[in-house]
Amino acid sequence: MTTTDFTRRGQQAPANTNDDGAGSPAPLPVRRKQGLRARFRRDRSLVLMALPAVVLLVVFAYVPLLGNVVAFQSYSPFIGIPASPWVGLENFARVFGDPNFWNAVRNTLVITGFQLVFFFPVPIALALLLNSLLRPAMRATIQAIVYLPHFFSWVLVVSVFQQLLGGAGLLSQMLRANGWNGMDIMTNPDTFLFLITSQAVWKDAGWGIIVFLAALAAIDPEQYEAAAVDGANRWRRMWHVTLPGLRSVIVLLLILRLGDALTVGFEQMILQRDAVGAEAAEVLDTFVYYTGIQNGDWSYAAAAGLIKGVISLGLILAANKVAHLFGENGVYSKS
Amino acid sequence: MTTIIKPARSRRTGTSRPAWEEEPGIAAKAGKGLLLFLVVLAVLGPLYTIVLTSISSQGTITQAGGLVLIPGEISFDAYRQILNGGVVTRAVLVSVGVTAVGTLLSMVVSILCAYGLSRPGSFAHTPLLFTLLITMFFSAGMIPSYLLVSGLGLINSYWSLILPSAVSVFNIIILRGFFMGIDRGILDSARIDGASEWRILAQIVLPMSKAVTAVIALFYGVGYWNAFFNAVLYINDSAKNPLQVVLRSYVLQGVSVPGQIDVGQGVAPSLALQMAVIVIAMVPILIVYPFVQKHFTKGVMIGAVKG
Repeated sequence: MTTTDFTRRGQQAPANTNDDGAGSPAPLPVRRKQGLRARFRRDRSLVLMALPAVVLLVVFAYVPLLGNVVAFQSYSPFIGIPASPWVGLENFARVFGDPNFWNAVRNTLVITGFQLVFFFPVPIALALLLNSLLRPAMRATIQAIVYLPHFFSWVLVVSVFQQLLGGAGLLSQMLRANGWNGMDIMTNPDTFLFLITSQAVWKDAGWGIIVFLAALAAIDPEQYEAAAVDGANRWRRMWHVTLPGLRSVIVLLLILRLGDALTVGFEQMILQRDAVGAEAAEVLDTFVYYTGIQNGDWSYAAAAGLIKGVISLGLILAANKVAHLFGENGVYSKS
Repeated sequence: MTTIIKPARSRRTGTSRPAWEEEPGIAAKAGKGLLLFLVVLAVLGPLYTIVLTSISSQGTITQAGGLVLIPGEISFDAYRQILNGGVVTRAVLVSVGVTAVGTLLSMVVSILCAYGLSRPGSFAHTPLLFTLLITMFFSAGMIPSYLLVSGLGLINSYWSLILPSAVSVFNIIILRGFFMGIDRGILDSARIDGASEWRILAQIVLPMSKAVTAVIALFYGVGYWNAFFNAVLYINDSAKNPLQVVLRSYVLQGVSVPGQIDVGQGVAPSLALQMAVIVIAMVPILIVYPFVQKHFTKGVMIGAVKG
């Protein structure tokens, strides 16, 4: 799409056609090679504009990286990082020998896997359903409705589910009114996977359709027509035209989700971990929170967090590599 | 700019079915209608009963045995009570303040950064851009972030709810993608006329970017309004808790809603109070959402094209 835009601009202003996009905003495009100093003088307001955000990111995204040294210490907040004794890899040895850590790893992976099967296809199905609607006004209305829960907080979503499925919630209320026993799905470890997945579907499946709708809109309608003329019915058209059109988006999102496998909705988990119990609801992030912030075992939690961080980084890079192998752009394209 | 984001049009542009497409059977139509109805019901049903319960009287709630599905006697006591200067009122003020200040700061910083980086080849463009983009690949972790915020002396400060989340690289990339799509000719001629970059941004670029700016402001605003865990982490003083934390303690942790002062119309039922807190957490989003949501496809499409 950007390509067409460039060509169009090129046609309007032929003088710019040999512009390589490297930009020469100064009124004198002839002087392409300017000295560093001259370029700085020319662009200093642009640099100044970019700086506040860059500084904030350096302080709040890069500087904390240094704080990971406490994972190699026996850190105490009272004496600070410089004075805390170094203990080498002792914390990591403890983490790897801790059954609670492995429980958190297992729960995290189980939840990721479960949601891959039961969450991931929902937005695709919803997008196909919406795309089959004829009337634009109807589509727009339903789109607006299904996007909405994405903008609610996790506290709100869990509260809503509590009111519907909790011990005193609507479901129990209806069961009791009909002479059955009420049930509390919100505190039952056995149904926990279904609970958090349905919460995730309620909150984010609607929002998830936005990319698929965009991909569906990009499919050339003539392909459908040609297929129909060749005698393909609606299911064959979906199989041979629609799904191939969605393939690259699906592959990309799938790979990115796998790269993010060690992260499962943190706020969602921490809100419900106490009600359901650590056995089923402890994931890596909540493990770090409870051991570090709650129990004050700072270095130990930092070690667990660092393990997660390093593996996640590896997964994301690997996922990008795979995305490129599939001919996709990965997380971003440099443009 | 529209040329870039055009493909949002679907193959269905009119209300009519293309000639080559067969008319679906009555069963298929009914099935689809039912499915759509269930989807809409799943989203709006819970919201309906929660809002209705929050404005129901004790009698109606007792009769229903909990959440109210059929409207009965209406009473606004719950709202009168929690907005009468108690914990919830203060939490609402904290959240409104953090959201307003945070969104303003985030927007200023992000728009400036997005415009500053919108011209490849400008001074230090590549290193600055990479400094931004690389952060999408890692996260320092909870413990180091906590140590930093506490080292900066921000524990129990409202700034701890704003500064760590003030910059979203994703949002900057969306804005930047849009700014880069603006016709260079217009900007260059302004430059020849002697306009500074600041002036070009304020008087040409921003007026052309209202839709995408509105979407990004919504993203930031919703982020601040909904933020919950930062407050759990960084705020120990319960008087400074934002609304989401208060919502959790009243609805999820079962702390009883205080401030049950008799305001003349009697005391509101506790279920109605809880539901009223939920509604208050929802209302700002419901107010802003309709105005911004129509721009989503455009705004997010650019993100999809660029990333």
